[in-house]
Amino acid sequence: MPLALVVVAEIAARSSEMTSDTLAAPTDIVLAGIRALGNGTILAATGQTLATALGGLGLGLGIGLVFGILLGIFPIADKLMEFSVEAFRPIPSVALLPIAMLVFGFGYRMEISIVAFGTMWPILILTRAAVAGIEPRLLEVSRVLGLGLLARVFKIVLPAALPRIFVAFRLAAGVALIVAVTVEIAANPLGLGYAIMSAQQSLDPALMFALLVWIGLIGWVLNWGLVWAQGRLFGRAAVVEAAQ
Amino acid sequence: MTVARLAWFAGSLVVGALIILGWQWIADAKLVSPVFLPGPDRAWAALVRGFASGTLEEKLFGTVERMVYGWLLASLVGIALGAVIGISAVARAYLAPMLEFLRPLPASAIIPVAIALLGLSEGMVLAVIAFGALWPMLLATIHGFAAVEPRLYEVSRALGLSRWSVIWKIALPSALPDILSGMRLGLTIALILAVVGEMLASRDGLGLWILLAARSFRAPDLFAGVIVLGLLGFVSAMILTVVEHRLLRWRATR
Repeated sequence: MPLALVVVAEIAARSSEMTSDTLAAPTDIVLAGIRALGNGTILAATGQTLATALGGLGLGLGIGLVFGILLGIFPIADKLMEFSVEAFRPIPSVALLPIAMLVFGFGYRMEISIVAFGTMWPILILTRAAVAGIEPRLLEVSRVLGLGLLARVFKIVLPAALPRIFVAFRLAAGVALIVAVTVEIAANPLGLGYAIMSAQQSLDPALMFALLVWIGLIGWVLNWGLVWAQGRLFGRAAVVEAAQ
Repeated sequence: MTVARLAWFAGSLVVGALIILGWQWIADAKLVSPVFLPGPDRAWAALVRGFASGTLEEKLFGTVERMVYGWLLASLVGIALGAVIGISAVARAYLAPMLEFLRPLPASAIIPVAIALLGLSEGMVLAVIAFGALWPMLLATIHGFAAVEPRLYEVSRALGLSRWSVIWKIALPSALPDILSGMRLGLTIALILAVVGEMLASRDGLGLWILLAARSFRAPDLFAGVIVLGLLGFVSAMILTVVEHRLLRWRATR
């Protein structure tokens, strides 16, 4: 079915001998993609995008995990923070773009901070739910054993909640890529988002579509890889936990 | 809402107020340059000023209008397409792989294409919002239709229902929870894309407003705009929750 669509598009483009600033024939797109891959521009841009996405993801993961675990372990803190969390969470991450621009100017730090903000919330919320959903008897055991807070977190809470935390991580990784590309398209002169924007502005539709396909491919590979890792690491545990 | 829950909620309000006080303290002590971080008093003043003069209201309506139109368009198309694809196993088998491939594509990556096709116009922003918000609804609807209890289909066949009434009377209601959660996700995406679209296409709205405020170093206005955007996200999610409760009341509470 997708193949048929591509063939139809190719025939349509060839038969009408189209010269357009907005559309391109599939073969031209593939050629442009191969050319850009060959001279390394795509790879450099991909590196920039992935670096910021991963940097922001790491930061967001750290913050989200710490707060998620704390709020999950201490229901009192959770109830007290309820209003604050619910007040900050719905702020769309791109709304912070102007603030980050003011504080950091253009560049990596600005993008990383926004990605971190965007990824922090899903991780925080899902970690909190995962930790709060731990079998209470495990926590009783830890109390009987007289474990300290840190030992309890690392020996009981983290292993028990890990499958669901990984699901949160997978979601957040998708968010990180989306936010990174969005920031690049909207403002930041870096990475794939900027490359696709400038391809559009220099009226090079073949390159623009090649980049679009490439971004889709990266997102797909990322998602597929994480699903695979999840199945590999946690097997059925992840499936069962996620279904609960 | 018991007394205890109210008390906890009041407690969490107090903590929220403490955080704002802390923000005020940091701003007053100038730990962070006031160019970047205005105190809540200045942000509040900018908020009040913006609403008093009507400019902020105007921007808010611009953004809300864009977001809601794009989202409604996406809902209609997503549910209709999802129903068509979901009801037939053949269409599902043909189209599902392609849809799965398109799903992780960041919706914002489509913006350059939309600009090339439609220019920096209102239609471009709407198209991008609709496109981005379409996916969660489309996939949720397909999933909802595919997960309908098979016996319900058998019943409908025994009753001799037409295809149309199968969709309308059986599949749609039982897919409704999935569809609603897709619509909720779509709404978040619609808000984000509305803001990005305004920034890029210079359409009058909150997104453009905060961008201009940042460029001219009007930090209080910028924070006021971000606060309004946060409220917008909060209120729209809350409205959907209420609607969800209403629509799903017939389901057994879990």
